[in-house]
Amino acid sequence: MPEETTATRPSDAALGSGLGRVLLLVYGIFALSASARALVQITTHFDEAPLAYLLSAMAGLVYIAATVGLARGGPRGRRIALISCTIELIGVLIIGTLSVLDKGDFPDATVWSNFGSGYGYVPLVLPFIGLWWIWRHKPE
Amino acid sequence: MNGPLSVATIIAALVLAAWYLLRAALDRAPSRFDLLAAVVLAALVVVLVVVAVAGLFDGGRPADTGTFAGYLITTIAFVPTALVLAKMEPTRWGSVILGVACLVLPVLVLRLQQIASVTGA
Repeated sequence: MPEETTATRPSDAALGSGLGRVLLLVYGIFALSASARALVQITTHFDEAPLAYLLSAMAGLVYIAATVGLARGGPRGRRIALISCTIELIGVLIIGTLSVLDKGDFPDATVWSNFGSGYGYVPLVLPFIGLWWIWRHKPE
Repeated sequence: MNGPLSVATIIAALVLAAWYLLRAALDRAPSRFDLLAAVVLAALVVVLVVVAVAGLFDGGRPADTGTFAGYLITTIAFVPTALVLAKMEPTRWGSVILGVACLVLPVLVLRLQQIASVTGA
C-alpha cells in the first residue's frame, strides 16, 4: 500500500492490517455468497418460501454493510460495523433456534438456518470475530 | 463433474491449505514457491471449469444452469483473487489469505458437483 493512502485511513480500518484483511476476505465471501444466493432464490422461485428468501437477502445486505464498515473504520465505519455485526449475531441466534425448533417456517435454507451449519458454522463465529475486532480497536 | 479431476483439485487445495496455514503459523510470508503453487492450483481449476463447461454443451445440463454458471465463474476467479490479495500482503497474513482460499475452494467444487448431479429432465 502506498504511504499516502495509509496516512488518511483511520487506524482502526480493517484494510490497514494483515489480520483485518483476512477478516475482510471472509466477510466478503459471505457478503457475496449470501446475496448471490438470495438473488437466485428471489428471481427463480420466490413464491416457495418468501420469508426465508427475504431473510437471505437481508443477511446478504447485512454482510455487505459489515464488510464496508470494517474496511472503512473511523467513527462512522465503526458504527456501521457494530450495528451490522450485532444484527448478524442476533439473526444467526434467532433464525438458528427457530429453524431447529420448527422446520415448517423455513422450508428452504438461509445462511443462518441451523446456526449456519450449511456454511461450516462460520456465520455463527463471524459476528463474534467482527465484534471482537471492533472492541479491540475501540477509540481511547 | 464427478471425475478424478475434481477429486484431485480438492485434495490439492486441502494439502496447500495445510501448507499455507503452517507457513502462517511459522510467521512466514508467502514465498515465491507458495505463490507458484497457487498459480498451479488456479491452472488446475481452469482445466476443471473448462471440462465442466464442455459438459454443458454435451447434454446433461444441471437443472439450475444459472446457479451452476455463477458457481463456475466464482470458482475460476477465486484462487487468482486470493493470489492478488496475498501479493498485496507480504506478511504471515498473506499466507493466511492463501490458506483460507484453499479451504473455501473445495466447498465451491463440492457445490458444483452437487448442482451438476441434479440434472434437468
